[in-house]
Amino acid sequence: MTYRFRDLLALEPLNADELTFLLDQSGPFQAIQRNPLKKLATLRGKTVALAFFETSTRTRISFGTAASRLGADTMNLQAESSSVKKGESLLDTVQTLNAMKPDCLVMRHASSGAADFVARHLDIPVINAGDGTHEHPSQGLLDALTIRDRLGKIDNLNVTILGDLQHSRVARSNIHLLGKFGCRFTLCGPAMWVPRELEKIGAPGVSIRRVFRLDEALEDADVVLMLRVQTERMHEPSISSEDYVLGYQLNAERLRRAKPNALVLHPGPMNRGIEITPEVADGPQSCVLEQVTNGIAVRMALLFLLISGAQEEGRDPATTNASAGAEETHAPRNRRSTDKKDLSHASD
Amino acid sequence: MRIVEKAQLMSASEIDRTLRRLAHQIVEKSGGTKHLALIGIRRRGVPLAQRIAQAMRGIDGVDVPVGTLDITLYRDDLSKVASHAVLQSSDIPFGVDGMDLVLVDDVLYTGRTIRAGMNGLFDLGRPQRVSLCVLIDRGHREMPIEAQFVGRTVQTSDTEIIEVRLREIDDEERVVLVDRQEP
Repeated sequence: MTYRFRDLLALEPLNADELTFLLDQSGPFQAIQRNPLKKLATLRGKTVALAFFETSTRTRISFGTAASRLGADTMNLQAESSSVKKGESLLDTVQTLNAMKPDCLVMRHASSGAADFVARHLDIPVINAGDGTHEHPSQGLLDALTIRDRLGKIDNLNVTILGDLQHSRVARSNIHLLGKFGCRFTLCGPAMWVPRELEKIGAPGVSIRRVFRLDEALEDADVVLMLRVQTERMHEPSISSEDYVLGYQLNAERLRRAKPNALVLHPGPMNRGIEITPEVADGPQSCVLEQVTNGIAVRMALLFLLISGAQEEGRDPATTNASAGAEETHAPRNRRSTDKKDLSHASD
Repeated sequence: MRIVEKAQLMSASEIDRTLRRLAHQIVEKSGGTKHLALIGIRRRGVPLAQRIAQAMRGIDGVDVPVGTLDITLYRDDLSKVASHAVLQSSDIPFGVDGMDLVLVDDVLYTGRTIRAGMNGLFDLGRPQRVSLCVLIDRGHREMPIEAQFVGRTVQTSDTEIIEVRLREIDDEERVVLVDRQEP
């Protein structure tokens, strides 16, 4: 099995074999997290550019830690303190970064498709660390790895996703990944956060239903995937924290409706007392801290795979540029399936 | 380029006898099996280490722990790492601090694999001693590394390849010398 792309922009175009390969590659890096000495020299002399045009704490630290544990250096760009504030265009900013010769770009942006756009203009691998409401592929992978470790499989599970589905790239990446393994999805939350279109976002044949009563949505669930309630959005024509707690807070009593050992995942940061009670967040079914640890392993695997892959092709970043002709001889970009029909749903 | 088999270096029974001899030598030189552990380097060092441990059971009646080490992440040639090959986890289910470790591999050639293996081991702790056991030493070293326990030393040229085929991984059990010939 191989990974045929130069970038990781989305999970949607990947088939089940490729996704399994990425999860398997993360295994050795999970073991390294348990070593007394966690730092490798594998990517010594390589540089990873972390460009976060949207604020992020844990994902940025996780990618930065993954890079440093592989021996790579990082360069950091954060929107608040950067030229973005001075009116520079996205493309100018990343081309400036690229001129400093990083070996990989990890990028987060508030606009869906931003990483895809940037990848077309750069010759180095690009990893999407979250683009608008589109995808957050490394989060999808670390969630699947966590589920696989606990349950021993990711096939044919009942997955309940709870919260603000409409704005969630985490939910989309999870549906695109777990949907390829026959998982069935129940989406639950206040109606304005769970629009009807979401029933159609999976590949053909993926079962997605909307349920607006939490007790019913939890029935028979193997996995409960919590999404952050974005309190900053609560001001919109929306729902008060009090009403959300009443209707949708995951507490121990409600969780008993799910299967006895159902897992609870949350990408963080958690709003304790709003979407989840401390009893559940700290309980035996919670995987929250494993998700964080696994995130580093997944990101180490991605950086290793993409940077060593680029090296293997014999590309010299100093002398090549991303001209259309040059691109054909290299691994294809991991575009969204709307751009390249031939890459979509190869497993279906 | 054609791959031509030039000679058989060891038969199945010769491999078996050699591994038994190596087991004896390791036990003798280590002064017992108390702190001894074997570390097989993936892939073919792993079954070899297990077989040596098996032979030691017959000598000292003791189970010598066996670990496995994947050295991919410790290699010095990132550009040649088959990045799309499946990485394997190292599996060393015992502490290495203060241990008398014997790295086991099939063929000793440039010494770079062993250099990588030692780096991997020292990320796990501080062994008391590390020695090296190989089935075949074919020369052409590029590192100051030698094996303490050698099954057989073979003179080879640069174009020749030694293939150790083991029943656990391959369909047969023998050691052959093959040559790459330009057409």
